[in-house]
Amino acid sequence: MKTLSLALVAMLAAAGPVAAQQITGAGATFPAPVYAKWGEAAKAAVGIELNYQAIGSGGGQNQIFNRTVDFGASDAPVDGAKLAEQKLLQFPAVMGAVVPIVNIPGVELNKLKLTGEILAEIYAGKITKWNDAKITAINAGLALPALAIAPVYRADGSGTTFVFTSYLSAANAEWKAGVGAAASVKWPAGNGAKGNDGIAATVKQVKGAIGYVENAYATQNKLISTQLKNKAGHFVEPTLAAFSSAAASGDWTKAQNYAVDLIDTAGATSWPIVSATFILLPKDPKDAARSAAVMKFFDWAYTNGGKIASDLEYIALPKPVQDAVRASWKSEIKG
Amino acid sequence: MSHSLASPAKPLASASRTSSVGDVVFAAIAKAAGVFVLLLLGAIIVSLFIGGWPTFRAFGMGFLFNADWDPVQNVFGGAVPIYGTLVTAVLAIVMAVPLAFGIAFYLTELAPSWFRRPVGTAIELLAAVPSIIYGMWGFFMIVPFMAEWVQPPLIDALSDIPVVGALFKGPPFGTGIFTASLILAVMILPFIAATMRDVFQTVPAVYKESAYGLGCTTWEVMRSIVIPYTRVSVVGGIMLGLGRALGETMAVTFVIGNTNRLSTSLFGPGNTIASIVALEFPESQAGSLKLSSLLALGFILFVISFIVLAISRTLLRPGAK
Amino acid sequence: MSATTSEGEMAGPKRDPQVADMLSRRRQRSNWIVKALCILATTIGLAFLALILVTLFWLGFGGLQWTVFTEATKPPGSHGGLINAIVGSLIQTAIGTAVGTPIGIMVGVYLAEYSLGTRLGNAVRFVSDVLLSAPSILIGLFIYQVLVNPFDGFSGIAGGLALAVIVIPIVVRTTEDMLRLIPVALREAAVALGAPKWKSIVLVCLRAALDGIATGVLLAVARIAGETAPLLFTSLGNLNWSLSLAQPMSSLPVTIYQYAGSAFEDWVQLAWVGALLITLGVLALNIVARVLLRPRA
Repeated sequence: MKTLSLALVAMLAAAGPVAAQQITGAGATFPAPVYAKWGEAAKAAVGIELNYQAIGSGGGQNQIFNRTVDFGASDAPVDGAKLAEQKLLQFPAVMGAVVPIVNIPGVELNKLKLTGEILAEIYAGKITKWNDAKITAINAGLALPALAIAPVYRADGSGTTFVFTSYLSAANAEWKAGVGAAASVKWPAGNGAKGNDGIAATVKQVKGAIGYVENAYATQNKLISTQLKNKAGHFVEPTLAAFSSAAASGDWTKAQNYAVDLIDTAGATSWPIVSATFILLPKDPKDAARSAAVMKFFDWAYTNGGKIASDLEYIALPKPVQDAVRASWKSEIKG
Repeated sequence: MSHSLASPAKPLASASRTSSVGDVVFAAIAKAAGVFVLLLLGAIIVSLFIGGWPTFRAFGMGFLFNADWDPVQNVFGGAVPIYGTLVTAVLAIVMAVPLAFGIAFYLTELAPSWFRRPVGTAIELLAAVPSIIYGMWGFFMIVPFMAEWVQPPLIDALSDIPVVGALFKGPPFGTGIFTASLILAVMILPFIAATMRDVFQTVPAVYKESAYGLGCTTWEVMRSIVIPYTRVSVVGGIMLGLGRALGETMAVTFVIGNTNRLSTSLFGPGNTIASIVALEFPESQAGSLKLSSLLALGFILFVISFIVLAISRTLLRPGAK
Repeated sequence: MSATTSEGEMAGPKRDPQVADMLSRRRQRSNWIVKALCILATTIGLAFLALILVTLFWLGFGGLQWTVFTEATKPPGSHGGLINAIVGSLIQTAIGTAVGTPIGIMVGVYLAEYSLGTRLGNAVRFVSDVLLSAPSILIGLFIYQVLVNPFDGFSGIAGGLALAVIVIPIVVRTTEDMLRLIPVALREAAVALGAPKWKSIVLVCLRAALDGIATGVLLAVARIAGETAPLLFTSLGNLNWSLSLAQPMSSLPVTIYQYAGSAFEDWVQLAWVGALLITLGVLALNIVARVLLRPRA
């Protein structure tokens, strides 16, 4: 019976196009749009076909721990001890921003102003109507309806959640003590959705909803993002310039395993929720050729993928960081 | 195992000997296949139980009643998904059974005979639609409908009434326990209707005819003859539908709101065992308490389905009355 | 039971005609109400089917282009197709059917021909019924635990085997039922010809039951072709064209799951196309199975 199916497969194989070198990765949905575009371009340029499954950062970490994929991807950096235990090299791929998105009748793109404090209270279930005094106080001139707020969060373990809850923890002490920052937390209020996609889709559908997604999901789907107040006290719009300003302030030299902190940085024009996203690669690959292909892919992406990244409003890594990663590949990956 | 009739003709005798070898081999293969199925189910249960063991050891019976699912503190309780599983399945049954009964009644007693087959087939086709399609249809059609037309008026009208109001509180997401139950009801409707129709047809015509002969109306025949005669099997059919509703994954995952909080509101979000496993299994690390808790939930789901199915089978067995 | 006829004439001895008339009318009225409710229930049931089909055609038909069958899935905004998902589904369904059918038939043969009255037979029959309605996500979990995690990761073969576990009990059920319908005379004739039992089973009984078993297999194919949950943790999904059974493999249901939940319009559109294709395929298989079964019924 197996021969039968094999014969069938062989038949189909003869009919189909020729396969290139294929690598499988799984994890964060945050960078999935840029990985998808890189994958398309790299297939044409260097003949590497990327199968990236956006199952969430938690899933990405777990699948590479189990070695069921060639590489894992996560926005939440893995701590040093775990990396050593699992024999993994962690390196950043690209940086991006998380933006709040809302669905309120009458509210247009980047018009609504929010603060970390207010976001934390919304997600804690303390602010429940859009015309709450705390919101209207900083939004003079914006007609906010007496609509119930429907907070949407990630139901799967998510690096975007890690980044977002890190920001809420930085902005609100009560959040930090009661809920904390992690890839999945115990949410005090709201509904869960799967993936950045799922949040975007749910916010699109539900009136009164608020969610948080990687910026590309908001722009590509024409969702209504908001302004946020940054550390310097200015309200900023989510633009590539604001993201780059935050990214530029990151201090990579102090970061262990490249786990740089870009949350709520000091710059006057900085967007407060920016993060790097990471790749996890085994130091002792089962199949060295496939790991080599993964490195070749990201090498290509570092050199040639900057334009694709900035088109989607991601921020490419600074050149020195890229070079440091390339050096790590040479020294740490057996192959 | 070999055939018992002696072959009278000589030429066949040798063939008979080789064929008795064939018989033994064939019987052994058939038996092995049967044993394989036994082992397969055993392996599924054992793998879930072993996987869930650390959780049972860590939390004991409290796992069943603890509503805390906190990955940060590494505390896991199964109450929310267990509650969600049971409530959605039961609500689905409550909604589906009257409809299924109506359909079965229509198909056995009321419909013109040329009409029964096409209508019956159409209802059965409803059972063939893949569950992912129900999920998608629910998410894109039912959820906005609920959020726009059903939930806001109900929430406005009822949420301020004490006690009852608690059932209808919260923002009108459109998703939630009630929406999940509604989709489940549509999915199990054809199963229950088909079983009911089949058991209604087992009622001997002579019983019904004598009742009609006494001047009974169709409904009286149904109520006084058919239902008492088939009561046990009808319950069996309902249990079969319940079993299916308990384990349904994809349709529920789309619409239940995926939340690990106990919600008193019918419009509130929740989780079922199947939906929490689908969402959180991929990220649960090997050896972690979270993975173990999901497997423990899987084991509990299996036990619940097993019990429901065992009851259903006992009730549906021919001659069970 | 009162002895009034449906016309409301008095038929019993010494009854007040007015009371009898009222009673009769009330009985007629409740009869009509119940009848109307039943017709309503049936209409609602049929309306759900119609609603689902109309939705699928309305949202799926517009995206049904020829590139759906020539292009693999692509990043959002690049006008991909579904060919890798379609072929992946065909391959995994084929594996599931090819592995599950022979096992299922043998178990059915065992139950119908060898196990009568034995404890083992009853246990196997019960267990097979449990498998038939076991939540399919648990079957996916099981295959992940025993195949994906310990061995080489997600693969098409793991997906196919998870589907095979679903096929087995469906085929067992129909095989056993069909074999039991074979008239004793047919078996006796085979035995009288000197055929050994296994030959009489294979050449006479199974052949006679072929239509019925084929129906069962078709229904099993229809069932697994639409299954998503068991594939999530086994074949994972694949964005690219891949025929390797050792690699993650795409499938229509998993692709629909990923795309339908996405916020990209072209992906959602493709999800509806996929949904339309799979539903039409599954319903067609069901109808064919029913037509096959008809001469026997």
